[in-house]
Formats: sequence, structure tokens, C-alpha cells
Amino acid sequence: MTVVSMTVNGKSVSADVEARTLLVHYIREALGLTGTHVGCDTSQCGACVVHVNGRAVKSCAMLAGQAEGAEVVTVEGLARDGELHPVQKAFREHHGLQCGFCTPGMIMTAVDMIRRKPQLDEQTVRDELEGNICRCTGYHNIVKAILAASEEMR
Amino acid sequence: MYQFNYVRPKSLADAEALLAKADDPKLLAGGQTLIPTLKQRLAMPSDVIDIGSLKELAFIKVEGEAIMIGAGTKHFDVANSPDVKKHIPALAELAGMIGDPAVRHMGTIGGSIANNDPAADYPAACLALDAKIHTTKRLIAADEYFKGMFETALTDGEIIKEVTFPHPEKAAYMKFPNPASRYAMVGVFVAKGPWGVRVAVTGAGQNGVFRVKEMENALAKNWSPDAVASIKVPADGLLSDLHGSAEYRAHLVTVMAKRAVAAAG
Amino acid sequence: MSDLSEQGVGKPVRRKEDFRFITGNGHYTDDISRPHQTHGYFLRSPHAHAKIRSIDTKAVLAAPGVLAIFTGKDIAADKLGGLICGWTVHSKDGSAMKVGPHPVLALDTVRYVGDHVALVVAETHEEAKSAAELIEVDYEELPAIVSLADCEKPGAPQVHPEAPHNICFEWELGNKAETEAAFARATKVVKIDLVNNRLIPNAMEPRAAIGEYDKGTGGYTLHTTSQNPHVARLVLSAFVGVAPEHKLRVIAPDVGGGFGSKIFIYAEETACVWAAAKVGRPIKWTAERSESFMSDAHGRDHLSHAELALDANGKILGLRVKTIANLGAYLSTFSAAVPTYLYGTLLSGQYDIPAIYVEVDGVYTHTAPVDAYRGAGRPEATFLIERIVETAARETGLDPAEFRRRNFIRAFPHQTPVIMNYDAGNYDASLDKAMEIADVKGFAVRKAEAARRGKLRGLGYSTYIEACGIAPSAAVGSLGAGVGLWESAEVRVNPTGNVEVLTGSHSHGQGHETTFAQLVSSRLGIPIDQIEIVHGDTDKVQFGMGTYGSRSGAVGMSAIVKALDKVEAKAKKIAAHLMEAAVEDVVFQEGRFTVQGTDKSLAWAEVTLAAYTAHGFPSSEIEPGLKETSFYDPSNFTFPAGCHICEVEIDPETGVLDIANFVAVDDFGTIINPMIVEGQVHGGIAQGVGQALLELGVYDNDSGQLVTGSFMDYCMPRADNVPSFRLGFTKTECPSNPLGMKGCGEAGAIASPPAIINAITDALGIRDIEMPATPARIWKAIQSSRPRAAAE
Repeated sequence: MTVVSMTVNGKSVSADVEARTLLVHYIREALGLTGTHVGCDTSQCGACVVHVNGRAVKSCAMLAGQAEGAEVVTVEGLARDGELHPVQKAFREHHGLQCGFCTPGMIMTAVDMIRRKPQLDEQTVRDELEGNICRCTGYHNIVKAILAASEEMR
Repeated sequence: MYQFNYVRPKSLADAEALLAKADDPKLLAGGQTLIPTLKQRLAMPSDVIDIGSLKELAFIKVEGEAIMIGAGTKHFDVANSPDVKKHIPALAELAGMIGDPAVRHMGTIGGSIANNDPAADYPAACLALDAKIHTTKRLIAADEYFKGMFETALTDGEIIKEVTFPHPEKAAYMKFPNPASRYAMVGVFVAKGPWGVRVAVTGAGQNGVFRVKEMENALAKNWSPDAVASIKVPADGLLSDLHGSAEYRAHLVTVMAKRAVAAAG
Repeated sequence: MSDLSEQGVGKPVRRKEDFRFITGNGHYTDDISRPHQTHGYFLRSPHAHAKIRSIDTKAVLAAPGVLAIFTGKDIAADKLGGLICGWTVHSKDGSAMKVGPHPVLALDTVRYVGDHVALVVAETHEEAKSAAELIEVDYEELPAIVSLADCEKPGAPQVHPEAPHNICFEWELGNKAETEAAFARATKVVKIDLVNNRLIPNAMEPRAAIGEYDKGTGGYTLHTTSQNPHVARLVLSAFVGVAPEHKLRVIAPDVGGGFGSKIFIYAEETACVWAAAKVGRPIKWTAERSESFMSDAHGRDHLSHAELALDANGKILGLRVKTIANLGAYLSTFSAAVPTYLYGTLLSGQYDIPAIYVEVDGVYTHTAPVDAYRGAGRPEATFLIERIVETAARETGLDPAEFRRRNFIRAFPHQTPVIMNYDAGNYDASLDKAMEIADVKGFAVRKAEAARRGKLRGLGYSTYIEACGIAPSAAVGSLGAGVGLWESAEVRVNPTGNVEVLTGSHSHGQGHETTFAQLVSSRLGIPIDQIEIVHGDTDKVQFGMGTYGSRSGAVGMSAIVKALDKVEAKAKKIAAHLMEAAVEDVVFQEGRFTVQGTDKSLAWAEVTLAAYTAHGFPSSEIEPGLKETSFYDPSNFTFPAGCHICEVEIDPETGVLDIANFVAVDDFGTIINPMIVEGQVHGGIAQGVGQALLELGVYDNDSGQLVTGSFMDYCMPRADNVPSFRLGFTKTECPSNPLGMKGCGEAGAIASPPAIINAITDALGIRDIEMPATPARIWKAIQSSRPRAAAE
């Protein structure tokens, strides 16, 4: 067991875990933040996307130890002072979610995407979503929500 | 995952020492291949040595007529480097096509070529651009480096430090992704430079990345899409699976080569 | 009340459930941890078919963290029953389907790769998994059959001794003699052979379960990823015998998509809840995605031959169909119903076909069980009829739209030769509207423009019908169902006037918490945030049938309407008493009770409070309280129908296809929340695109191994595989339920695949291409259809 420490959603955290602990399990089990999900075992579905040091990563393809000392943001840390993030609002406004399981990863990917590419168009959004799979929405309203949020944040 | 020791050396020298000491170590760079492999219990290393955060391996430098990219440089940083975009835009584009955005934020060039997945993108660029692979022990020409599927010239304890890409006059990469995995089903990198003309194909070969000499000769005489349009690579020796037969891959090599030459201008 | 008008029936109300999902506060099964919980891991068969000679588990118990190991023998020793199929289909000769036993953990034989061999329980998941590697199973490998085309052949390996030639049933429907006569009269017969490709559902939330046992009460609790927790409880108690029904609580919390795959009662949750009592601690199991691929029930997987008899005017005289349907290695919960009563009954499509005869062989193979997957039988029927109709149009030289119009049913009710009685519809209207949105008139110009760019354009139609809202209990009972398919609702009005609705429907993405609340809001005149929709817990909700077959609106909401009728009637009685008026004179409108012709009036909350204070009630006439229950049994299926038009553009050099335009016009009757309905259509179409272009479950013919066992090989639709869809709606109300609703959940997946394949075959000028039409298959089709000279 090793003590792994990092900052998650602005709070310093620390937990004694096995070396083989994935970041996603550290977040879900050691910290009890279950908004980040595991949807596959080949790092393709993107349900586990979080931000590490400001970049979107798949927390199922990273050891907790690799995030030692890092700044991690999960879906639980997006809203500020009770105010939803524009991307969260847009997903609700445009019905960008159905069962909600892929949603945290989609939202974290979208926030990262908009940060990197403030001028989005539909094709870019679809290309950028390559690493996030949704089985419910047919992506139609996810794309709509991301475009609307990016417009809102411009 | 099986149990292992996880260590995060502070320097490349530390990493070498740890690598020498451990029973059955594995180097972890970005982990985008290694972690899924460990999760599926397809590997059981005694020690995982994490060199992913070594600052000395993360750099992009222009020196003379070449770009040197540290082995720990993330795909995202290669794709967005002004230097790479300026001198070898095809390499920046290739890096921007690897995996998905989250994978590109973690995956590294060193990890990719050390693993030498037959469907990885970087090996095609290395081969076509006549790259040099600098390790902790020596300098290896790309032609000598890739030895077949998941096989490289690296020996035990040897760590890739950087990859040097000479500036090409013309270069482009065309990728036909596997519909499911989105890895290259056929990826063709064409380049023309002081080292001549090279056409390197990834994704299709049973033995990993390979060059197509016939296309290279044709392009050396006449750098145009038409020069390669009628050159077929033999289907023998190409991968065949439910996503595409060897014949289809062979056909795509020609199409992607033609389109790459057109894109290179 | 003006703001309430924006919350009621027909409005695109934003979903109540979204807040918890967009903030990461949903509670899916794997998010739940029970005190002292342990972790289960299943050892699965690596072989498609093998005898288990012995299982040596000695090393396992000594492994770190291990608490227990269970095999089929332990389950047999406890005299537990096996997993069941809740629908009995009969063969042509009258005999009941032949059912091989389906033990929870394999006893002496494994029958597919992924079949359950042992359950290891340990302190952590990784420990359980490591310990499972120490189990030594002595297998005697046996020949396996995974090929649908070969499984009935003499000498093929046998899956169950109970089912010779691997035939579970040889079912028929329709009138054979009349159909033969129709073919004898025909001036033209069109024939087609079709493969309906095997699909693997892949809801994004993997299946999971937490079983627990309370020693004090003797009660069991199972948290599980279920679309129908009450049915799970019934099966686990009445058939498997884990616990009596009243001692078993099944909770299906937030569920991350189902698409049919979470209807069924699987080995994993059964073993976890049973073993929890043995271990004395809760046991959690969550599937890894690779386990989902291996052991979630798969979908579709038909081989069909169909023939269509036509007269000289392009009028359909008859249809005959022979289908072989894969059931997998064991019958799953509803698998016998899917390729029979959910398939054969829909083969008339939107067309007036006087004679239909269909034969279906349901067969066993050494593959994962096959059961309902979004659409369940109806996509297979729609694919067949829409492909053969399109082919017939082309081969008679008629425009595909015109051919369809010549054969549309226009008088309702319409009795088809295959059981169904269509109650309402207007197929011309949806075709017209779809053609308009798709700009069919401009297609020739677009095709020519694409040709100038070296691309091939094609246009394909699908005019579909489906039957949903499943279904009248008497009807399904007569056809072999082991359950009734009504739904229940309970409306609890609290003293302060807010309302809890307990429903037997289960939402796993459909937005019931919003749509159901909209219905109640419109009816009672209270805001939706004062209405709580409660579902998914057998301790809270009385027996209900769950959500599948696009039934929650038509059946589940109808039950709520009935319960609301009773609530209103009683509330009026109370109001009448309070206002000293006759109950007939009390009107209830927009949340107020008024005595007609007077200024006497009471607010909703005044009456609800009075219902509970009960001061001065004439108790012989009015009981205190305000809570009503209803069970609604539909009198017919509902018949959503419509038209999808797909336009594709193909790069002939690579076979890469782009969906240039996709139009869907649907008639769902009354729509409660258009935003949610559109979302259902989008998702359905994407799954149809997946079936038509991307997805294929493959077992290796020689080894019986699942080749497509992860997202690396099984091609899921991603954002860049689909376009933005263009939707339209037409409306004919369903006459058989109080709201006039039809179902909308499956239509997209049912209608879209033939539209896409019809577009591809149109673009390439070929007769057929197998699904999924991947770039490799399209390229190959181009190669083989192109004259050699042109290819050079």
C-alpha cells in the first residue's frame, strides 16, 4: 500500500491504496465520488473522463500514483458556488442525456474541448467526441448541447 | 491487474538504475497501452517504472534541419507544437489523429514506438522521415529499429530518450481507421527529403510497419498521385480480419498513398 | 396557473432527473456500497462446449482475501431451480418448445464461451479475480456449433439432448394454403435471402448486482441493473427459489440504459443474492465490459428466405417467409417470444397483404443467449418486409414510393393475416411528409452533383409499422406468455397536496420522472416539482411489469390516468362534503374545486389536507385519506408507424459511406413531451445505423470463441458515424388507451436499418448487401458488381 495524495475538486486528499489502483477507483472508492463511471475495459468509452492538471484524461487508463501531486477535477467539481457550469446547463437544456451514465465523461470532455477549441462547428464536435460513447442519445442532442455551451462561453 | 511495485524515478538515470535492478520491470510512459494491458492481466511485471513525468524527456527542439522530440512528449503537444506544425506539418497532423483527445493528452511518442503496435501511427512517420531513435545506449536508425509486430531493436534496460525527425521537403500521412478500434487499418506516410523518397505503411502488415519500395522508386521519378495509383502491394503478408481482408488492405494502401501524395503537394 | 401551462402534456419540459446526472449525483448500482460488502467474481467457460470432469477449488480458499467459492454443485445441493424462459412457444405439430436446463452455475457441461462455472467471493474484486485463476477445472472439450446455417444439419454438435438437431421449436403463423394459392395466382414472385446480423446490446452501464441477507428478518435485498425489478423478484422466488417473494426486495436504482438487455434474469444477480446468505455479508458484482460482451443476452441473429407474390399491377398477393432464429445456448427470459410473436405478427408491415405464411425455426447454438434487444423481433420483420418491398418495386420498375402506396392499408381497423388488428394510422401522410422533408424531388440533382465528384448517391425508404405497448394480458396469455402485461400505478396524495406516483414502469433513460409528472401536473393543476415519480423498488411499488416494448407511455401512463380518475372522484366527494354541495355539482379545474353556479371554491391543498384531518367526515360514505391504485390492462397493442428516408453518399474508391441525410417521420399518437420523444427517436436511429453499418457479433466457426469481445472489435456507433437527424411527426390517436398514445422507444431502431440498406443498394445499383455494410463490404460489393474492364 502507498499513500497517494492529490488535489481533487480543489481539496487536498490523500489515501492509502495499492499500487495497482486506477485513478478512477481512487476517485470512486477512496474518495466516494461516484460521478465518474467505468463503462469499458479498453479505455474507449470515455465514461471515466476527468481533468488532470487541466487536461481531459481517461481515469481508467491511469494509475492513481500517476496523479500524485496533480490537480484533478471531476464532474462533481464543475459547478461553482451552486451555479452549474454552462456545459452542464446546456446538456439539460438540450436534452443531451438520457440514462445519464456516459454524461459525466461527456461533460468533462466537452469542457476540455471548448477550452481547447473555442470556435467549434458540428463536424469538429463529432470528431472530438471520438473517445466518448453514448448508447442512448444518438449524439444528436449532445452535439447540440456542446455547440450551444461553446456559444454561451465565447 | 496483478500486483506490482510502482516507482516514479526523479531522473532518467534513476530510471535506468531501477530498470537494471528490477526482476521483470515495465516502463510506464503515458500508459495508454500499458494500463489497458495490465487491466486485462496480459502482463505481470514486478515493477512499473513511471517515466511519464520526467521533465528531461518532454521537449520539442528545432536544431538545424531537424526536430528533436523527447520520448516523453505527449501526442497532444506534438500535434499542437508551432515548431512541428511549421517544419513537419504531416507529423503534427499524425499526432492529432492518434487515439482520441484524452488519449493524446497522456500517450507519448516514446511509448508508442517502444511498443510498436502494428496499427500505431508513429512508426510510419519514423520510417518515412528516416528518423533517428536516441536511446540511453545508442542511436538507432528507424530502418533498423522496427523489427516486426511489437518487436523493436531495443534491448533490456534501454530507454528511448528522443526521436529526431529531419525536415522533409514534402510529407503527408493518410489514415484509414479501423471502424471499431479507430487504430490505423491502413496508414500511409509519404515523404521526400534529402534522404530520398519514402513510403511507409502501418496498420496493414503482419510484421508491422513496412516500406513500399516500388512506390518510392516511382515517386522519386515522378512525385504525383498518378505515379502510385496503379502500384498494388501484394496482399500476401497483410493482415486480414473481420474489418477487412488482406486484399482490401492492399487496395487501401494504394488509395491512401495516392491521397497522401496529393495532400503533400 | 400560467406557468403550469408550460409544464403540462405536450410541452418540451426539461427533465427533472437531469440535475443528479449532470452533477455526478446519480446512484447506479455500482455507485452503491453496502456495509461490509464483499466482491464476487465469476469464473467463466473458456470453451464453447465442454464437459466439466471436475473442479478443484482447494487452492482458492487459501488465496488472500477469499471468503467462499461456489459451483453448480452447491446450488444444486440447495435445490435451487434454473433460469427460465417465461414464454412457451409451440411447434407446428402442437408440441411445446424443447427446453434444455439452464442452471445458474454450470453443473456438468458448459455451452458457450462465458458460461458461468464458479463464483468466488473475496474482500476485493482484484482478490476474487486472482483467486479465480487458481480454480482448476478439468474440461473435456467437445465439438461446438456456432453457425446458424449449419446447426440443424445432421451430425451437427448438439447443444441440448432435449432438442434434437438443435431445434427448440418449429413455429408457424398465417395461412399456408391461402398463401400457396396466392403464389399460384402471381404474375411475378420476388425472392430474397437476408441475414439479420447478431448484435450485442452494450448499454453503457455494465450489469451489476449487490445481494444481501438480513439474518434477523430472513429477508434478502438485491440491488440490480433491471428494467423490471418485480419480474426479477417473481422469477427469483417462484422459479429459482432463492427466497419467498415477500422476503425478497429487489431494487433497480438508476439504471444506465437497458435496450432489452436488462429485462432478463441472469445467473450473476441470482448467484449473488443466493450466496449472500451463505457468506453472511453483502456481495457485489459489476461486469467488466468484456463480461458484458460474453454474457449479456445478444439480439437479432436471423437467417431468412422470403418470397413476395405480385399481380401485374404491383399489388402484393402474398408473402411467405422461412426464418432460422438463433436462441443461443440457453433460453433467456423472453427469448422464445422474440422471433415468433414479436416477429411473425409484424410481417404485414403497412401493406394490405391478403395471405401470409411464416415458419420460424428457433435453434440452439453454442453462443450467448439471444433475447430482446431494442425492437425485439419487429426490426427483423421490418427489415425483411422493407427489403423485399424495395426489391419488388425495383424489379417491377415502379418507383419505391409508388409501389408502397399501391399496397398501403387505408381502412382501419385492419385485420392482418398474422394476428394483429391495426387500429389507426395514416401511412400516406407520413410518407408524404418524409418525402417533403427529405426533398426527394431534388435527389436526382444531388446524385448528379455527387457523381461529378466521383461519389455514388442513393436514397432508401422504410415505411414501417410496429406493435408496442405490450400488451393485452389475455392475448399474450393465449400465445404462451407466462405473465400478464398490464401495468400498475398508485397515486398517493399527501396532506399538503404534493403527490407521489408509484409506478411499475421503470425508467433507465426514458425520462419518466418528467413525462409522468407532466401528466399528473396537467390533471391536478400542481407544479411538476411537487410530484415525485417513484419506481424501481419492490418494497415501495406494488407489483408492476417494468419497461420494455415501448410500453411505459401507453400502458404505464394509462394506469396512472386510471388512478388519477379515482383520486379526482374521491377528492370531489370530499370537496362536495366540505362545501356542502352535491358531488355532481363540483367541478375540478386547474387545481380548484368549484361548485357550479356558485362562488364556492376550494384549492387542491385545502381538500387534500381535509382528506387527512377527516374532521366531520361521514365515515360511512368517505374514508379518510387520498390514495388510489389502478391496474391497467390494454385492450390492444398500439401501432406506431411512419416513414424513414435515408440518403447516402459513397466513396467508391474506399467503400466509405456518409449518411448525407436522414429523415424520420413518425406517428406516435399523443405526445406528452416532444423533446423526450425526439431524443428516443435519435437514439433508436443511431442503434439502427449501428446495425446497418457498424455492429456485428461474431463467433469463430472453428473455436466457438467470441471474436468481437470488446469495443476494439465490436464497432459501436460514435458521434462521427451519424448525422444530425431531421424529424417530423404525424398524428393518428391510438383508440385503445385513454391518452391516445402509441410507443416511441423502439421505432428508430426498427425503421432505420432497411432505409439505410435500401439507400446503399440504390447507390451501388445492386440487389443486396449484408448488414453491417462496412466499408470493406461496400468496396467488395462494388468490385463484384463492376464489369472487369471498368475496374481496371
